[in-house]
Amino acid sequence: MTAVSTPASLLRSVHAMDNAEVLRIRNDFPVLDQLVNGKPLIYLDSGATSQNPLSVIEAEQEYYEQRNAAVHRGAHHLAVEATEVFEDARQTVADFIGAQYEETVWTSNATEGLNLISYALSNAALWAAQGRGGSALKDLAIGPGDEIVVTEMEHHANLIPWQELAFRTGATLKYIPISDDGTLRLDAAAEIVGERTKLLAFAHASNVLGTINPVPELVTMARRVGALVVLDACQSVPHMAVDVKELDVDFAVFSGHKMLAPTGVGVLYGKQELLDVLPPFLTGGSMITTVTMERAEYLPAPQRFEAGTQRISQAVALATAVNYLTETGIDRIHAWETTLGQRLVKGLEAIDGIRVVGPASGTERIGLAAFDVAGVHAHDVGQFLDDRGIAVRVGHHCAQPLHRRLGLTATTRASTYLYNTTDDVDAFLDAVSGVRAYFQA
Amino acid sequence: MSLDQLYQQIILDHSKQRHGSGLAQTDAPDGTSTGQSHQLNPVCGDEVTLRLAVSEGTVRQISWDGAGCSISMASASVLSELGEGMSVEELHSVIDNFREVLRSRGKVQADPEILGDAAAFEGVARYAARVKCAMISWVAAEDALNQATA
Repeated sequence: MTAVSTPASLLRSVHAMDNAEVLRIRNDFPVLDQLVNGKPLIYLDSGATSQNPLSVIEAEQEYYEQRNAAVHRGAHHLAVEATEVFEDARQTVADFIGAQYEETVWTSNATEGLNLISYALSNAALWAAQGRGGSALKDLAIGPGDEIVVTEMEHHANLIPWQELAFRTGATLKYIPISDDGTLRLDAAAEIVGERTKLLAFAHASNVLGTINPVPELVTMARRVGALVVLDACQSVPHMAVDVKELDVDFAVFSGHKMLAPTGVGVLYGKQELLDVLPPFLTGGSMITTVTMERAEYLPAPQRFEAGTQRISQAVALATAVNYLTETGIDRIHAWETTLGQRLVKGLEAIDGIRVVGPASGTERIGLAAFDVAGVHAHDVGQFLDDRGIAVRVGHHCAQPLHRRLGLTATTRASTYLYNTTDDVDAFLDAVSGVRAYFQA
Repeated sequence: MSLDQLYQQIILDHSKQRHGSGLAQTDAPDGTSTGQSHQLNPVCGDEVTLRLAVSEGTVRQISWDGAGCSISMASASVLSELGEGMSVEELHSVIDNFREVLRSRGKVQADPEILGDAAAFEGVARYAARVKCAMISWVAAEDALNQATA
């Protein structure tokens, strides 16, 4: 974590966040200052996408106003400046998650990061079969008889790339089931992760259940059998301190737009020894050393995985977002969101006809809650709340298998961030308590 | 535009007392030619399977099963009640009219003379995200009607 240096941030770091501070934070987010259907907007959909503070919006604008150029090419002034801020941004984001600069790859979003790993691994099998890429690659090649393990609570983005990797390589996809309380069944996991397992992919925190998965236990299981670990950190990195080295995962992905940055930029972390030997996913300009008409040699990571002109302004904006989170204090944000999350779940549990999915109040979960309202479809719940200026997500939240397991087709989800007050949560709860009466359920 | 104009009582009633619901338990009348269509909205999971039975140019029965929001379920119920007994041409023209109203963003008013209870869905046209909910069973009916009369 970046050391706090100014007296102001030092002062903030020792105090827990409160509503007064949140209201000051909210002033930094222009989009939150508006009326929706005549009521002040209450934004509880940050799990889908977060809002941008002015500093982030200005960082992107400033880049275009003062520095815009193609990076890593050309010797002119703007190209040098653009390259500098682009690579500084990489270092900022790497520091934020405890990674090395070389291990931090820009992607469009987490989904692209997961597909990148999936395709790099099937390319590894193709390369190894033709004797390309050396002996290190042979160990990474996945083939028939091998197993890929995911969990029942995954977002489609951390499920389908592995289904397709299994299809391309002839491997088998297995999954760790969940308990009724929305936690992973570690007893089952210990049996499923076995000698044939080559890769274990799971969410750090569930975007529906709010469950925080036990990374150390799962990593230990994977290490015992020599399997790679892929962590979907979309719902953790924006909300809590994540150190990829401490967690000892092989790969981790997250999206910028869920952590105060614009859309179009995400990050793939991978251990350097893996990234440097894995074949690229996308090929083309900026990722090569020498090219002949017959073949090409590739740069080491991170450029190895960054073909074509990059999302430079978004990367710069993401670094600005990271600075915003660091200055506020990611541990303080996590503590505040935990308070909001518990208040959400406890409040929902007290309303007749509401079923919250995932861990009950009083147990560990992130600052969101998805729930079913007896007799009222989630889409109608969302419409009712929107009429009161409250923005939530409705549907299957890109987790159809999980909803099927829960016996539901859709849920309503409220998700918090650093700009939400306890008053937001209370207004939401008050509105939800009127839903069934309105729909005569 | 208030929420009450979207969720009119007639819609809430139909979403609970669903006319024509129970496809799996209902046989098509003897001597009719049938068409069946399944429609799914992957965004929200709304789903409708609708069967339409026709004889001598008249729609004899509209049966369906579905799961979804109150708008989608009420819309299927109203359609089933309204369409039964209509000529094939009449139902085609009512479906066209309903689509025109729903896609007009509120510019085209619903005529109760033509649409009956389905005129209550006029308010949906102002909620772009909900138009598909109201349309899903009507898309299924159009498809089933084309099959039954092919």
